[in-house]
Amino acid sequence: MTRAFKILALQAAALASSAVLLSTVSVVTRAAPAPPAAAVAIDNFTFRNPVVTVKPGTTVTWTNGDDIPHTVVSKTGVFKSKVLDTGDKFSFTFAKPGQFGYFCSLHPHMTGTIIVKA
Amino acid sequence: MTDELNDDRRGFLKCMAWAGTGALFAFDGGIGSSIGLDAALAAPARHAAAAPFTFAQVSDSHIGFNKPPNADARATFREAIAKVKALPQQPDFIIHTGDVSQLSRDDQFDDADQMLKAAGLPVFFVPGEHDMLDPDGGKAFLNRFGKGSRGAGWYSFNHRGVHFVALVNVADLKPGGMGNLGPEQLKWLAADLAGRSSSTPIVVFAHIPLWTVYAEWGWGTDDAAQALKLLARFGSVTVLNGHIHQITQKVEGKIAFHTARSTAFPQPAPGTAPSPGPLKVPTEQLHSMLGITDALFVRGHDRIALIDSTLA
Repeated sequence: MTRAFKILALQAAALASSAVLLSTVSVVTRAAPAPPAAAVAIDNFTFRNPVVTVKPGTTVTWTNGDDIPHTVVSKTGVFKSKVLDTGDKFSFTFAKPGQFGYFCSLHPHMTGTIIVKA
Repeated sequence: MTDELNDDRRGFLKCMAWAGTGALFAFDGGIGSSIGLDAALAAPARHAAAAPFTFAQVSDSHIGFNKPPNADARATFREAIAKVKALPQQPDFIIHTGDVSQLSRDDQFDDADQMLKAAGLPVFFVPGEHDMLDPDGGKAFLNRFGKGSRGAGWYSFNHRGVHFVALVNVADLKPGGMGNLGPEQLKWLAADLAGRSSSTPIVVFAHIPLWTVYAEWGWGTDDAAQALKLLARFGSVTVLNGHIHQITQKVEGKIAFHTARSTAFPQPAPGTAPSPGPLKVPTEQLHSMLGITDALFVRGHDRIALIDSTLA
């Protein structure tokens, strides 16, 4: 084996292993994709995006940006946050399709809906 | 005079007393007469019921609030209590119309309790929505301030001829709605008022206004009309609320509505800001926008005299 051939062989091996590495990465990505997420900001006594449509499995996170505490409470008892003071967050993962209305139990004129569909 | 005050004729008597002059005026069939206040106070119980008295209202102390415009809601509440203690005529008691705490934490309730005890007066409470935030949805408040009350904390009592009714309109609020009394409480109210003479002066207090001040911000009570209907037959009804951190008043028929200032922070006038969040006034302005209400009850007068004073 000539020296030049050895180098080529090593390069080929390196390429092959990096190809394996790349494919491994892509396999990992396909097996466990970054979990789908959505955010709802609470500002000025409103849910800023009151209707949000997401795919099943999406985790929705509410963040209270007001100086006054709020809550995020499902109209049908599906989820209920503790009281969220300024900057506090609440997350819920919507596994199944459906329409989920919610409100702030302190200021019930604040309402929103999460629509989950595949 | 005493002889004239028999039960049959009490409905025709209108007694009016002026604390300042120490005289009690009685009108019978349009003919006025007066007796000395000392004599009135020394007279039997029904005379005592006709004596003037005051009570004070504090509201929305939000103990624990520490953001602009008020870094220390404890300090301003302490000032409000001092203001009550300094009133020229000591009130018989204090009512607190809710939002005692910011987040229903034990230390916040405890601090409010301790500060109020410094006034040395009985205190009657109703919860605000900020007092319902413990995991049990209001139990922490009720255990401390709601002894002897029913349901979510409603009750009534009589004081010197006036019937006081404490209502709760912050429990079990409905999505998209405003304040709510609920059927159980309305049923209780109907029974509570049923046996009372229409000449009994009534004072109702609750956290959220019992009339719609501003629906867009939820400043009203969805089923208040049912309560007001039960109150309509009474000759003198005063409704005292908090929640909106500013003075508003209205008279509808024989019912006078009034909301008190907060002792913690002001809120914007309806519709004048994007939201009802705290009005971030400069520090030097804050005390002029916080305050207490002093209520003077004068028997026979159409209205309870309500005197609002600021902490400035």
